[in-house]
Amino acid sequence: MSSSEFEAVIGLEIHAQLLTKTKMFCGCSTKFGSEPNSQTCPICIGMPGVLPVMNKNALEFVIKTGIAMNCTIAHFSRFARKNYFYPDLPKGYQISQYELPICQGGHLVLHTQDGERVIGLTRIHMEEDAGKNIHDNSDKYSFVDLNRAGTPLMEIVTEPEIRTPAEASMFMRKLRSILRYLGVCDGNMEEGSLRCDANVSIRARGELALGVKAEIKNINSFKFVEKAIEYEIGRQERVLLDGGRIVQETRLWDVATGVTKSMRSKEEAHDYRYFPEPDLMPVVVSNEIIETIRATLPELPEDKVKRYVERYKLPLYDAELLTNEQQTAKWFEEALVNGVNPKAVSNWMMGELMRLLNENNLPIDKCKVSPVHLTELIALIDKGTISGTIAKSVFEEMFNTGKRAEGIIKEKGLVQISDEGSIDKIVEEVIQKNLKEVERYKGGEVKLMGFFVGQVMKLSKGKANPAMVNDIVKRKLDGKATDE
Amino acid sequence: MAISEKEVNYIAQLARLSLTDDETHTYLKQLNDILLYMAKLDELDTSKVEPTCHVLGLENVHREDEEFPSLSKEEALLNSPDKNDSFYKVPKIIE
Amino acid sequence: MKLSHMNAHELKALLATKEVSCKEIMSSIFDEIDKREYDVAAYIHIRDKKELFTEAEKIDNRRLKADNIGILDGLPISIKDNICTKAIPTTCASKMLENFVPPYDATIIKKIRQADGIIIGKTNLDEFAMGSSTEHSAFKITKNPHNTDYVPGGTSGGACASVAANECIMAIGSDTGGSIRQPASFCGVTGLKPTYGRVSRFGLVAYGSSLDQIGTVTKNVKDTALLLQVIAGVDSLDATSVDESVPNYCDLLSLNGKLTVGIPKEFFAEGLDHEVENAVKNCISLLEKDGHNVIEISIPHTPYAVPAYYITACSEASSNLARYDGVKYGYRATDTKNLMDMYLKTRGSGFGAEVKRRIMLGTYTLSAGYYDAFYLKAAKVRTLIAQDFAKAFELCDIIISPVAPTAAYKIGEKADDPLAMYLGDIYSVIANLTGLPAISVPCGWTTSRLPIGVQLTTRALNEPLLLSAAYRLEQLLATVA
Repeated sequence: MSSSEFEAVIGLEIHAQLLTKTKMFCGCSTKFGSEPNSQTCPICIGMPGVLPVMNKNALEFVIKTGIAMNCTIAHFSRFARKNYFYPDLPKGYQISQYELPICQGGHLVLHTQDGERVIGLTRIHMEEDAGKNIHDNSDKYSFVDLNRAGTPLMEIVTEPEIRTPAEASMFMRKLRSILRYLGVCDGNMEEGSLRCDANVSIRARGELALGVKAEIKNINSFKFVEKAIEYEIGRQERVLLDGGRIVQETRLWDVATGVTKSMRSKEEAHDYRYFPEPDLMPVVVSNEIIETIRATLPELPEDKVKRYVERYKLPLYDAELLTNEQQTAKWFEEALVNGVNPKAVSNWMMGELMRLLNENNLPIDKCKVSPVHLTELIALIDKGTISGTIAKSVFEEMFNTGKRAEGIIKEKGLVQISDEGSIDKIVEEVIQKNLKEVERYKGGEVKLMGFFVGQVMKLSKGKANPAMVNDIVKRKLDGKATDE
Repeated sequence: MAISEKEVNYIAQLARLSLTDDETHTYLKQLNDILLYMAKLDELDTSKVEPTCHVLGLENVHREDEEFPSLSKEEALLNSPDKNDSFYKVPKIIE
Repeated sequence: MKLSHMNAHELKALLATKEVSCKEIMSSIFDEIDKREYDVAAYIHIRDKKELFTEAEKIDNRRLKADNIGILDGLPISIKDNICTKAIPTTCASKMLENFVPPYDATIIKKIRQADGIIIGKTNLDEFAMGSSTEHSAFKITKNPHNTDYVPGGTSGGACASVAANECIMAIGSDTGGSIRQPASFCGVTGLKPTYGRVSRFGLVAYGSSLDQIGTVTKNVKDTALLLQVIAGVDSLDATSVDESVPNYCDLLSLNGKLTVGIPKEFFAEGLDHEVENAVKNCISLLEKDGHNVIEISIPHTPYAVPAYYITACSEASSNLARYDGVKYGYRATDTKNLMDMYLKTRGSGFGAEVKRRIMLGTYTLSAGYYDAFYLKAAKVRTLIAQDFAKAFELCDIIISPVAPTAAYKIGEKADDPLAMYLGDIYSVIANLTGLPAISVPCGWTTSRLPIGVQLTTRALNEPLLLSAAYRLEQLLATVA
């Protein structure tokens, strides 16, 4: 067997921290980055005698997500205790959901190079986060910060239907986009508000049975989602081709070395002794509540993409890029006024605007250029008042100052020169200054056209209408040629 | 025997309870007696019975997403047997 | 009569007419403590005397100024030491929490303070409320005030002994499988386990979460009504508390009309001490003579109650006690090699034998492969028992039964036989499995002068009926005595 005769089977287990103000079961703040152990109370510390009470918004956020991901929202669901010992788990159990999760099924559609891929979900449920163990700085001790303990988490489990590392990272990016649109999670993998573990196995192509899987942990960026899974697939292929067997185990992605490493200490299967949480009442969700929450959903990326492609005739690539972030889509939609060409708007946004925003580390909603201002600039180009090249520098000025295009053009005298007479004069001047090159052109070096055009543009400070310049230069040069 | 010595040791480990040999033997006998007695429930046919998880039958008890003052760092760490200024301290966790 | 020997209502009347002061009552209580505490050992921790007298004095001064005083009137109350009291050590009678000082009050503590009750101290219990005799405390054995060779019962042994020995006027205890009612019957005081959810559990150190309730220990039924009035009510910090209005229990003590009293035939089987049986039968005949209708009823699943209870309670306990790991608070073993060693030794030596036994049992009954046969099975049997009671309450208003198969036994007699001790809970666990309210009222004595109690149970949230029936019975017993 060779490696191309294997196919990879990938499932993702994702944890998303919810953007509620307070924790899942107590009123402590969920603010990120506070002084250690300054955002805890007897409840999230797990002191004797305390009891949990569910955060209403956490439930709403998870239902919202379930609706957006096409899940079935359970009319009856329950909390359960997952029992194990670890220093960052103050109660010695995590309150989660087991047999009766709030959302079941669901799917996400990916637009890949090979067409549409529907990735099924198994379930989405609510649970609480653990605290943080800090290991560095000491040989003898680990340090525990319980600020994060009790933060509401949403666990999303996919079916093992992902087939390539690229699909996996595409899934994560799309998920992040949806979660941000819904306002339920800020999707920051580096900060840990969005985390993903990957279950990876391989099997012979065409085989239906699943191979033995390894669980990959410690993936904290979209790039690493792809790299870690890619490495693991390769590793498993090598093992099988060598005649070995895959061990079901947990492996850590090691950023420094770019490999996955076995976590020997976690070989034993955990007996979590799940049982229904006696301190919390079941969650009953009526159809009315589901519909009320459904009505609060914004237009989601998938629907926007469809709309942009069908109504505005944008290519899929443009549509996906523009809808990745809600703010960007909003900006784009606000620019669709005054009969402007959507593709032109898209080009400017994906090109110059994105470049300037990235260079200046600005989010689009803090941009000094308003969507309407951009349409004004585009109209001026269409009219021929300025050239495309000049427009770029005008746009940069607009970006830095917030001034409108027309004002900048007037101020800087950037109106395009479009009358033949003026251009003719300039072309003549250039030709007279470069007679040697004229000779060379006549001698057959037709590429020198570019040189002459460039000189005319330079002399006119970029203001000459490029199309007209091309015409006139060609005419004069060829004319000169035939003159002789 | 309802439970073996191996199982007693496994359960003690799962529950993070160190047992002396004496304790293991005592618990082995006592747990066996108790579990044999508990097995009395097998006499009942409960195949068509729903379990009781909560006696009250309440649903949907929740709280608003509103902040309530946390303990100060000092108050939180006060009762800990081993700590520094900012953290609980535990023997190093080896992964 | 000494002030410490009076009941709450008698003292309230004297306080109202200013014949006595809170300070005088406190003084009388401390006299009693000085006299009896050494033998009875009801308390784990008694608050600073000066602080207590200052508190009493403050209330006296407010009374002189004709301020409104809460209905507990500055009366001294003891609290079982598994209920969190801010800034007062709360140990659960365990080495594990020997030095734990909670930074917060249980909800009922807040309510007691608001009602101007004065908390004298924390009473002894079986460690983490697991036991039936208060012999399993890590610190001391409480004795039965009627005969110090005998157990006071448990796990609220300290609470009941403190009331019986007049070392406080009223007490707060907790009941998971009979832990208020059984010691109340052993000590000759009145003990109530309210309907599950009637009283907030926030601040009660959890043992069996779906079974635990905080309850009252008093000298009579009228005082029960008073204390229940203060502690009952929904709590936004306890999702298992019931959002039902709290009636004025003290005003509802007179019985209107005649009751139908049910006697479960399964409860009068072998194992029931005949002195206890006679005392309970005496109560039945008093009620009959008083014109109430007495009928035989059946609780067919009675024999399965104890196993169902212990499986449920121990399973939940094994999880509830996982938090005691030496990391955030409480005891931590020293001289440990690594994290695993720290966990094993901390919990191995921090917990006593009964606690460890129950944790092991509960871990087993929840573990993979055994969950269905044990935990799930017990939960289903719970439903069957609830159905038995629903049927029974179609036929009667009140169910009468013994509280325990025997009166108090000698210290040490059952300590080494856990199963024998568990079987003693046969009449009491049912009220916890079903969540129904149940009260133990003193109804007689053994020939060796040990108290016997009788138990009344009724439908959920019907404490008014329960208390009025108990009150009537109490009156009938008093007229005969």
